[in-house]
Amino acid sequence: MTHRNRRPRGTLTGRLVGALQDWSVPRQLRGAPGHAKAAESAMSRGLRPRLEQADRVGTSICPYCAVGCAQLIYARDGKPIAVEGDPRSPVNQGTLCPKGAATFGLMVSPGRLDRCLHRAPGATAWREVPLDWAMERIAQLAKRSRDESFVSRLPDGTRVNHTLAMASMGGATLDNEENYLIKKLFSAGLGMVFVENQARV
Amino acid sequence: MPSLGATFGRGAATLPQWDLANSDCVLVMGSNMAENHPIAFRFVMQAKQRGATVIHADPRFTRTSAMADIYAPLRAGSDIAFLGGIINHLLQNDLWFREFALPYTNLSTIVGEDYRGPGELGGYFSGWNAEGRRYSPESWQYDGVVVPSSLAEGYVEIEGFAEATRRLHEGPTPKDPTLQHPSCVYQILKRHFARYTPEMVEQVTGCPREVFLKVADAMARNSGRERTGAICYAVGWNHHTKGAQIIRTGAILQALLGNVGRPGAGLLALRGHTSIQGSTDIATLYDLLPGYLPQPHAFRPHHTLEDYLKVETSPTGWWNNFPKYYVSLLRAFYGAQATPENGRGHDLLPRIVGDHSQLPLTVAMANGVIKGLFVMGQNPVVGGSNSKLVQRGLAQLDWLVVRDIAETDTATFWRDGHLVRDGEMRPEDIGTEVFLMPGSLSGEKAGSFTNTHRLLQWHDKVVAGPGDSRSELWFTYHLGRRLQELYRASTREEDAPIRSLLWDYPVDEEGEPDAEAVLREINGYTWPEREQLASFNDLKSDGSTACGCWIYGGVFPQPGRNLARARKPDGPEGPGTHLGWGFAWPDNRRTLNNRASADPEGRPWSERKRLVWWDETKGEWQSPDQIDFVKTKRPDYEPDWSKRPAGMDALSGTQPFIMIPDGVAGIFVPSGLKDGPLPEHYEPTETPVRNAFHPGVEGNPPAKRWAHDLNPIAAPGDPRYPHVLTTYRLTEHHSGGTPTRIVPTTAELQPEGFCEIPTELARELGLRSTDWVVLSTPRGEIETRALVTDRLRPFRLGERRVFQLGLPWHYGWAGMATGDVANVLTAVVGDPNTGMHENKALTCALRPGRLARRGGQG
Ligand code: SF4
Repeated sequence: MTHRNRRPRGTLTGRLVGALQDWSVPRQLRGAPGHAKAAESAMSRGLRPRLEQADRVGTSICPYCAVGCAQLIYARDGKPIAVEGDPRSPVNQGTLCPKGAATFGLMVSPGRLDRCLHRAPGATAWREVPLDWAMERIAQLAKRSRDESFVSRLPDGTRVNHTLAMASMGGATLDNEENYLIKKLFSAGLGMVFVENQARV
Repeated sequence: MPSLGATFGRGAATLPQWDLANSDCVLVMGSNMAENHPIAFRFVMQAKQRGATVIHADPRFTRTSAMADIYAPLRAGSDIAFLGGIINHLLQNDLWFREFALPYTNLSTIVGEDYRGPGELGGYFSGWNAEGRRYSPESWQYDGVVVPSSLAEGYVEIEGFAEATRRLHEGPTPKDPTLQHPSCVYQILKRHFARYTPEMVEQVTGCPREVFLKVADAMARNSGRERTGAICYAVGWNHHTKGAQIIRTGAILQALLGNVGRPGAGLLALRGHTSIQGSTDIATLYDLLPGYLPQPHAFRPHHTLEDYLKVETSPTGWWNNFPKYYVSLLRAFYGAQATPENGRGHDLLPRIVGDHSQLPLTVAMANGVIKGLFVMGQNPVVGGSNSKLVQRGLAQLDWLVVRDIAETDTATFWRDGHLVRDGEMRPEDIGTEVFLMPGSLSGEKAGSFTNTHRLLQWHDKVVAGPGDSRSELWFTYHLGRRLQELYRASTREEDAPIRSLLWDYPVDEEGEPDAEAVLREINGYTWPEREQLASFNDLKSDGSTACGCWIYGGVFPQPGRNLARARKPDGPEGPGTHLGWGFAWPDNRRTLNNRASADPEGRPWSERKRLVWWDETKGEWQSPDQIDFVKTKRPDYEPDWSKRPAGMDALSGTQPFIMIPDGVAGIFVPSGLKDGPLPEHYEPTETPVRNAFHPGVEGNPPAKRWAHDLNPIAAPGDPRYPHVLTTYRLTEHHSGGTPTRIVPTTAELQPEGFCEIPTELARELGLRSTDWVVLSTPRGEIETRALVTDRLRPFRLGERRVFQLGLPWHYGWAGMATGDVANVLTAVVGDPNTGMHENKALTCALRPGRLARRGGQG
């Protein structure tokens, strides 16, 4: 039963009485429990959960701490519309803490970055650059720093195959697959030894 | 990691979080679990509802304390004295679980007679080298036999090491089951902790004796056949120059009480970042290769593949399989280019030459050694110790790539950082070329995280991220592709590693690599057919298998079966091990060392605490969990020493700790730890008091220090810095703050930095809440708002009254919720084992008012 589109009819007094009867506060003040019917009004009866508008639901894991709460991401037209705790999870049974519950706010935060920014040496401001340009420039810089600093062997002939001039930080917020490629490329490929993440932070 | 690894064999939480509900006593220490791991804390509350005793021991009274049955206040940095006192109480009053600890730990093992403890040598263990500020572990070995470390690096610097360990093939380690031998571990332990009397505990920790004894009794009461207790800890234990030994003390306690491998028992390491366990397992760390294999070291016998395998392969125990894991990893890294000629790829790997962890990295940057830096999802200006030193380092770089979801404090150090704010540099003087590139969140890319209890859980790509945002998988893959292209024509030997890298992952229309293809490589496949392997038991050392991380073997056992994506929980009537939800390493085992949940004969210790048992008819171990033991090894199996058994054949049916070469929990650790085989109380590097156990040897002797002009340290008891400072997290913010300071809800809930100040101190200084205060250490000064509170109590330590201050460390200038950077105050000093900093206990000064700045802001 929905009252959402019912237009008020009748006399002014009749409508006023109707509105007063619909108002939930007096009912609750009379002692009816606030979490039951007493809190209902014509408007709240018509409210539907936002999740119903989703055209896709996917499983995810909370991006914050290592408890690993499972989440359901609801999306419509390719955009997230809500993030909820996954009730099936034996870890969180549908619950989320204040951070986990903020995941939707994080996904759509006005602070999210969507373009590559570049700051030239000595510059006082960012400028936007194309992704492809940034990738090529970074590859060139990495090659230059590696080539200028690579050591195959120490003076006594001991093999080291490394560069001390490049470093990487991060990994604890990333996927296993990402960490694997980072270690593989930076360590096994480029010979970087300063590869570290937040495990010690 | 090294503490649990050295004691129980693996550096990871021993139990799943939900198993806390089965505990009879939960000690939360070094953690504010209710606020920082709230969803896991539900299981502690469930245990409490079933009658368990909940204890919180912490410098601050928090919401965890409010929910606890017993709150024990203690001074930051005094944890070993507190826990050591409990161990002493158990030993003096014979309250430990003898039937468990005698067969399952090394209590009866006899140590060489040269060993001396710090009680005998004025604060040092035997083997101290004052010049090198390091220990030699030779005198810590068992009588007549050297045991390799069960940590990633098995090698120990001892003359003739590999040969000395071969004795393990010849017979069991020397033991005295009567525990009478003066050099058996039990007697050493008893002598060592006899100094940790209740009086001493009170004097050092500031915790009243009655409260401390109440905690000791509660733990002792909830031990034995019928009852178990668990310990939950977080970085409040790690972040000290003796953090590994704090955790060791907790592990010894649990081993003595029979609280490991059993339902509701164990140590739960509560980790802060979503996949910090995963990034340790597949280590983006300088000294570890994936699966806890050591990165080759130039100054160890690691030169050729044979050298390396010889010193790193344990003669006995599970690590005897080491060559299979290493050779398969090299195959996964270098594919067809891993050949017998280049040591199956061993010759291509880089060698480390020292400590290259975060703190020395910071120093190397500040010294101009490092030219280029990638920062991916980390914010070291806020999270790194001695933030101004970090910022100096960033200003020395040629180039810096920051990949994150928002503009971070690290990415903008050149515009808004302390160097500019304090007038020390202008942006025009900073020559660093900076890239800031948008990254993706879990719902915007597919992949797996490993949670705090070793559980791999997959997340789907549900939506596309904004604009040019890309996953780190995309970035790393395409950077590698471009670099391989740039090096393609090179014939130089030094470019062989990058040219040899196996880098052929399939990509989708948007160029995104297939994360499942990467997980399949991590899981392992045959070479060159690339057929998925069902488990790490299928790996070979002859190059016919490839595996990116052996401990994850079995996560993707067949094409199309990604078990990290499994989502079948047990129903309410199920056993509650939830084997169908995600995949726990190793081999989907949920409780580690679970053989120990049965007695030596293979019967559960009690019906109430039943988990694993021997079934004589089937000739197999049975359990609702996966068994962390050889499934068909009889409880009465004994090695046949006449055959010089190796690997698992050398462990008996009553030795549940399969990763340890002698199969029992290491209460005394002969190899692997850099600061002693037993934990000893040392003061933090910056401390208001002398070390009551041995005045003159205040701090942990081999603690890491790096001399640098910008990293001065206050001497013990320096009157200019009279207060103890501890840093911590808030429920509403995450680590370096980037992913919560930009979210309206969390930013509104905790909008601004503050410092918690005890009421008595505030009264002395005339401070009220929201007043401005300045905190200072020898590294720098910050300004913030006062929050006057009774949650932090002054401590009476001997004659002195000491105040503690508490400072959340999430804040910086970026985002909506801002505040000064707590880590401007902290120092670059580290734990000798892990290189962890000491941000949980330092000293500082406090004054009312604000900073006078040249830069003008604020
Ligand atoms: S919801 Fe909270 S407790 Fe759960 S993983 Fe996220 S941050 Fe951790």
